[in-house]
Amino acid sequence: MTAPDLRSADGLRRLVIATPDQPLRLDGGRALDHVEIAYETWGEMSSRKDNVVIICHALTGDQFVASDNPITGRPAWWPRMVGPGKPIDTDRFFVVATNVLGGCMGSTGPASIRSDGSVWGAEFPHITIADMVRAQIALIDRLGVEDVFLALGGSIGGMQVLQWTVQARNRVFSAIPIASAGRQSAQNIGFYEVGRQAIMADPNWREGAYLAAGRRPDRGLAVARMAAHITYVSEAALKRKFDRRLQDRQSVGFGFDADFQIESYLRHQGQSFVDRFDANSYLYITRAMDYFDLAADHGGVLANAFRGLSTRFCVFSFSSDWHYTPEESRDLVRALNAAGCETSYVSIETDKGHDAFLLEEPNFEAAVTGFVDAAAEARGLPARMPRS
Amino acid sequence: MTASGRPSPGRRADHLAISRHIRPGELVLDVGCGDGQLMELLQQDRGARTRGLEVEQAGVNRCVAKGLAVVQGDADRDLPVYPDDAFDAAILSKTIQEMARPKFVLGELSRIARRVIVSFRNYGHWRVRASLLTSGRIPALGANRAWWSDGARRPCTARDMAELAEELGLSLTAITAASGATGDRRSLTRFNWTAEELVFVLERGERPGALLSAAPEPSQHDP
Repeated sequence: MTAPDLRSADGLRRLVIATPDQPLRLDGGRALDHVEIAYETWGEMSSRKDNVVIICHALTGDQFVASDNPITGRPAWWPRMVGPGKPIDTDRFFVVATNVLGGCMGSTGPASIRSDGSVWGAEFPHITIADMVRAQIALIDRLGVEDVFLALGGSIGGMQVLQWTVQARNRVFSAIPIASAGRQSAQNIGFYEVGRQAIMADPNWREGAYLAAGRRPDRGLAVARMAAHITYVSEAALKRKFDRRLQDRQSVGFGFDADFQIESYLRHQGQSFVDRFDANSYLYITRAMDYFDLAADHGGVLANAFRGLSTRFCVFSFSSDWHYTPEESRDLVRALNAAGCETSYVSIETDKGHDAFLLEEPNFEAAVTGFVDAAAEARGLPARMPRS
Repeated sequence: MTASGRPSPGRRADHLAISRHIRPGELVLDVGCGDGQLMELLQQDRGARTRGLEVEQAGVNRCVAKGLAVVQGDADRDLPVYPDDAFDAAILSKTIQEMARPKFVLGELSRIARRVIVSFRNYGHWRVRASLLTSGRIPALGANRAWWSDGARRPCTARDMAELAEELGLSLTAITAASGATGDRRSLTRFNWTAEELVFVLERGERPGALLSAAPEPSQHDP
């Protein structure tokens, strides 16, 4: 614990993980000489430091996995999975979650202030998933953590989990990539490009320098969120929740108001998103996802990324997920098998789409619990305390 | 899979018969691994490293909770998930007769593993033949139930299985009955009469079909 722990007046907890003496070198060739990573922890590190769990958040998530966000007032985003007595039991594990590099919940990103006092904006260097994980590893190094018992996360969080196993080679005992992939698909690059174009087409974006101008590209960011949100749910779930039902009216209005409940819902999703997320962060993080291709980094063969790893994996996918499809998870499992890794794959039957990992899915939670408990036993950790 | 009509509280006889063909430290794929009983046996008794494939969610979850590595998938469809020569041995324990595409599955397994171990119910057993001859009905092996409620989806005899192996260019290198009796390709005729459950060890390559064509009992199938 050498770096200063900056618990700011805003209620966020940060560690400085890069300084001019020790800059963070980025895949894109540039370096950052001041990086703060915001993080939260739950539970207590054991004396043997063998109970550390890393949770990686998805695109629009943050470090507030298991407690409420003091900035936005939003509740914890994964209370089903993380907490006392939950599958990731904070009575047993020391859980660490960060806000990703490039994010906007306290970690250094495009909304941060540069050394000359100006906001980074679109001059922030481009980052990759590997850069995000590099920053996370630097953070746990400063927390005195050597080995990670478990890394888990969904979507882009799952990409980070895979990157963790490769970068923190054999320091990760077990890994749970959920609804993720070893590479960003062309379809997903396409969807996120639509979102980025919506943001950049908003005149308030001002080539990324909107914070100085005082007006943010809210309309563009809201459209980006609306388009992306459709990919997070399935047609079956949309039909179940909304179908073609009308919003507060008996018949269509022959106008461009939100006639349909689905329109109203997406507009609400877009509006509530702009209050809590920085448009430039959205550009940078989605771009990092586009650049993610673990195979390309290993001679074009995904299995080569994992060869020789002692990490035990449990890959999860959801049958109705068309954002990160079960086929992509199976490709990942094939590569893990080809690399000889100890790999389980659980395919959850559900109509809830990509976001299923955040929702009530008893089979998913049971399988995670089973895998985590078995891994804990194999690691020699104390058993789960029985709860009445 | 729960193909056994005789639920036994302890170790299944066919599991024990299979385990004799696994060498210490081998990496083994159990196709249709259910809740992982055979994988546990192979780890404990043979020091094998195991991977499972199972289609049912409940079995997958139980395996995962036991710390067993299992892939959720359907052998009829998902075997391409495994690369060539990934395993020392692949096991089909009483599942091949339930498969939609047994030839595809066996072919895939011989691609994935050097040795394929298949256990199955032998409908060539003398009681089946006698029953067919005298009453014109197939007795339900291992269970006293009607044919539509129990038994294999694709009943076959030891000789039928040997024929499929030959078709795929696999050598039948060892035969073990669930009773524990062992033999090789030359014992096929005897086992086909006397064993209700059999374990075949099939190996790829060296002498494709050579032994089968020299078999003493002539094939009774059309070419």
